[in-house]
Amino acid sequence: MIVKVQKEDFELSAACAEMATLSGAGALVTFVGTVRDYSDASDILSLEIEHYPGMTEKELERVSKEAAQSYDILDSLIIHRYGLLQPQDNIVLVAVWSRHRAAAFDACRFLIDVLKTSAPFWKKEITPQGSRWVTDCPGCRAGSREGHSHAVHPVHPDHRLHSS
Amino acid sequence: MIHVKFFASVRERVGSAEMQLPCPPGGFTVEEVLTMVEGQAGTEFHDVHLLASLNQQHVPFTALVKDEDEVAFFPPVTGG
Repeated sequence: MIVKVQKEDFELSAACAEMATLSGAGALVTFVGTVRDYSDASDILSLEIEHYPGMTEKELERVSKEAAQSYDILDSLIIHRYGLLQPQDNIVLVAVWSRHRAAAFDACRFLIDVLKTSAPFWKKEITPQGSRWVTDCPGCRAGSREGHSHAVHPVHPDHRLHSS
Repeated sequence: MIHVKFFASVRERVGSAEMQLPCPPGGFTVEEVLTMVEGQAGTEFHDVHLLASLNQQHVPFTALVKDEDEVAFFPPVTGG
């Protein structure tokens, strides 16, 4: 189980090849998230990703351990970038090794879904009209495997929203 | 002292990335820490979603904060 938070780009094959040879592995499932060149309202010139050093690594390790306990997998790798990125740049890599494909698919989906609602990263879009923080909750948009709710979801159980 | 950190839009609204607050003998809840922050920063967060962490773990706003703890406030995360 490896977690990396870095400014530098990664290359999918090289990153996976760095993992130790896994005896018994019959499947490798990967997900790579990249920077879109558009959002709902505007073109995107670049994307700034901020994170919470220390907590970010802890959260990624926590969700990796949870995946290892919940699915029959052999190993996992998460690489998440921060800093200034350009459209089409890599943002995140999730890779899962398992004996059979089903567990690898399921665990990979679990990792990226939970990561998006718990790991402390924040995106700021730089557009021709100026910059703005991405405010929509990816958990709401993508939906996690367990179903997503601000009120009950375990990864952020206490969104604080007051109506003034 | 309580060490308070702010990230993303919350950091910009507070105008600072960090703040140190004195800790009373009985401690604070996270909610009370936020109230102190709002007073010092001259802003309120009643109109936005906020998340909090205590010593780098997600916590509810009812969590108890002790001396030398690290508290952070930030908007819902948008990584991945």
